[in-house]
Amino acid sequence: MQEDIYKVQIDNIFEGPMDLLVHLIKKHEVDIYDIPIALITKQYLEYIEWMKIMNIDVAGDFIVMASTLTKIKSRLLLPSHDEDDEEDPRLELVKPIEEYLRMKSAAEKLAARTFLGEDTFIRNPVKEDHLMDQGDEIIKVGLFELIDAFQKILENMSPHGRVDITADTISIRDKIAQIVDIFETRGSTTFYELFPENAQQGEIIVTFLAILEMVKLSLVRIVQNTRTGIIRLFYL
Amino acid sequence: MEDIKNIIESLLLVTEEPLTIDRIKSILIEPERKEVQNALTELAADYEARQGGFLLREVAGGYQIRTRPEYREWIKRLIQPKPLRLSKAALETLAIIAYKQPIIRSDIEHIRGVNCGGILRMLLERKLIRILGRKEIPGRPIIYATTKQFLETFELKDLKDLPTPEEIATLGDESSENME
Repeated sequence: MQEDIYKVQIDNIFEGPMDLLVHLIKKHEVDIYDIPIALITKQYLEYIEWMKIMNIDVAGDFIVMASTLTKIKSRLLLPSHDEDDEEDPRLELVKPIEEYLRMKSAAEKLAARTFLGEDTFIRNPVKEDHLMDQGDEIIKVGLFELIDAFQKILENMSPHGRVDITADTISIRDKIAQIVDIFETRGSTTFYELFPENAQQGEIIVTFLAILEMVKLSLVRIVQNTRTGIIRLFYL
Repeated sequence: MEDIKNIIESLLLVTEEPLTIDRIKSILIEPERKEVQNALTELAADYEARQGGFLLREVAGGYQIRTRPEYREWIKRLIQPKPLRLSKAALETLAIIAYKQPIIRSDIEHIRGVNCGGILRMLLERKLIRILGRKEIPGRPIIYATTKQFLETFELKDLKDLPTPEEIATLGDESSENME
């Protein structure tokens, strides 16, 4: 038993509880519609123990699955009173496994396809996407252009706004949600439109940080028109 | 139009995106849709008969000239593309989004049983998936879907062109293979 565990575990890093479960089912060649819960649960728990010994951080996901397995096992042990409408408790496990296997097979099929940029190539390999209007010549904006634009906004801010301290602050997360709302109705906006003239300094800073965060999350793309200097944000 | 095939071929050579039949129709002067379609089919057959360095593929709702997979190694010597292959985990996540879209993150994670945040960000960066909006349920989770880039990357005509996933019957076969 001990040997067996080592042999498998060295070349298998389980990505998640489903992976481990599927592995155990395959290893024992059991029918997924008739899973020997006691055996699988025992082995599953052994693997988790092993992962702890190996100092692999056992994620909460593994523990959740362990508790599901144990729950099913105990339900199987308990005598059922009304035989008729009592469905096999193992169904709770079978459905997700089926779904997972189907998606795994779909992933394999995708992997087997001709992959652009790997197996086949098009004439212009560094293909930029074409979300924007083709008319304007546009350059991508760097961080410094953004900071310049931000400084301009701070300069234009009313002097009275500069000293006004209010407790009514808005979080970056809320700001991102607000900006996303704007994008969902319009698709793109200019940089300056996001900064109303009467805005508080705090809000201006939060807006700026929100924009940077959104760029990092690949939610927006920022471009500057070479002719007009207008910076636009596009929702991706 | 007698030289319609040549005209379309020249368009295909210059275009950067897959060229749709509608786009071709808007460029040529009042061609029949069937005429365009026939010309494209003939071109594809010509390339097939010639067995040259490239072929014509229907991807993402349009047509595009692409190199034959046989010559991939030579092209990589020419342009040295950055490694593009996706990890198993990324492919699984992408497959779930492709088949179940529109889908929110917690549903993806429910199927895979693991956290997908990092992978989703990477797929967004590679423009294989996009954010469709937010679901109007508590927490307003982000809704994900695949992109046109996804179709182009995997040489798919449209989403209906996705391969049908195998049912679990294959599980037994795999395990017997592993035993050998």
